Amino acid sequence: MDPSMADLNSPHSMGTTIIGVTYDGGVILGADSRTSTGMYVANRASDKITKLTDNVYLCRSGSAADSQIVSDYVRYYLHQHTIQLGQPATVKVAANLVRLISYNNKNMLQTGLIVGGWDKYNGGKIYGVPLGGTIIEQPFAIGGSGSTYLYGFFDQEWKDGMTKDEAEKLVVKAVSLAIARDGASGGFVRTVIINSEGVTRNFYPGDAFPLWHEELEPQNSLLDILSSSSSSEPMVS
Amino acid sequence: MSKAAVDVPMKGGFSFDLCRRNEMLSKKGVQPPSFLKTGTTIVGLIFQDGVILGADTRATEGPIVADKNCEKIHYMAPNIYCCGAGTAADTEAVTDMVSSQLQLHRYHTGRESRVVTALTLLKSHLFSYQGYVQAALVLGGVDVTGPHLHTIYPHGSTDTLPFATMGSGSLAAMAVFESKYHEGLTRDGGVRLVTEAICSGIFNDLGSGSNVDVCVITKGQTEYLRNHQLPNPRTYINEKGYAFSKKTGL
Repeated sequence: MDPSMADLNSPHSMGTTIIGVTYDGGVILGADSRTSTGMYVANRASDKITKLTDNVYLCRSGSAADSQIVSDYVRYYLHQHTIQLGQPATVKVAANLVRLISYNNKNMLQTGLIVGGWDKYNGGKIYGVPLGGTIIEQPFAIGGSGSTYLYGFFDQEWKDGMTKDEAEKLVVKAVSLAIARDGASGGFVRTVIINSEGVTRNFYPGDAFPLWHEELEPQNSLLDILSSSSSSEPMVS
Repeated sequence: MSKAAVDVPMKGGFSFDLCRRNEMLSKKGVQPPSFLKTGTTIVGLIFQDGVILGADTRATEGPIVADKNCEKIHYMAPNIYCCGAGTAADTEAVTDMVSSQLQLHRYHTGRESRVVTALTLLKSHLFSYQGYVQAALVLGGVDVTGPHLHTIYPHGSTDTLPFATMGSGSLAAMAVFESKYHEGLTRDGGVRLVTEAICSGIFNDLGSGSNVDVCVITKGQTEYLRNHQLPNPRTYINEKGYAFSKKTGL
């Protein structure tokens, strides 16, 4: 095969930005929508926030194949668990199953996950399960390649006892900031809100969030940019 | 260690002689023989009342065209078909294996196969081989829950999309889809768009070529349009034919 096509054969990975935030009454999960193989965007509308149970969702990053297999197994175990228990599984149980699989197969897996959800015993909870298969309960968690751009932002902006709207605004802003700086993150922002009332899914297309440093207004055509610039000289390369 | 101990032949265990030979050969620049690959353009889209799959028909062996009119749209079930790119042997083997499992599942349940069933069987097989089974697939079908289109990568990851392309010609085909796909396509419009996307692969990608195969799946009906379009007909055919006389002796 043509060597320039070699990266199309490289494993499908999600250079990603994923976020989980607790707020006063529940949790909000957020993610971008880009899946890439090497330099090619294989899916520009992917859903990285996967349902585990009615009240627990999972943000996936790293290898797409690995994170899908982990979430498929956990969903299957939780389904059985819910039937045997006769009531919804807690977020802690779900996160522990994710950890168990991630830890036991740590040599085989390249995936970092964030588990978030709501249950009647502990309310909204976020658990980070990073590469090695440890589990960390956190008020907020960030993951994926885009998260490196966001540590300082979250240290400054995250506050205890935020309202739902404040928290969702924070998540959308954070993912849009990461999309602006991280080449492996892109597309649009997906959010999932989980609280005592249930689950709400939202999505925010690229023109819904603000323009960051050096970004241009959306243009329909390159000709618009040329005609709006002051000089009428043709572009010379 | 004494010299005698070294000269005693080995009694058992593994011999790594060939590993050392192969290492020596690869150091000298000897290339191992390659597999038959389908440098390919395969596509699929969801239209008004079903799914349309498309594929080119070129199979390559390195730089050589090994087959000018091969079939890349594989049968999975009466209501499900699957386009394959990658190593020809792997796409053929994995689709045959799963279609057999689906048939047995139908005998057992007495119901029509679902696309997600095929998807799960394919992805769990590919995942367990960690990308060494080189099959990149576009899976499409219509079942009791409606039309479905999925892409499956060799490592076992899957995507669910309204339109999809795969193979070395995927970029050329995706350019066509991204500029012309819209919701609620008619059957004819869908077939035309799929054909255009495959032609874009045939003419702009060296790994793809020859003819266009199309498969239209709607509720309760499947149409396999083999060689739907022939954009590369043979322009000259020797009027004497290419047959040789049976007697070749002097």
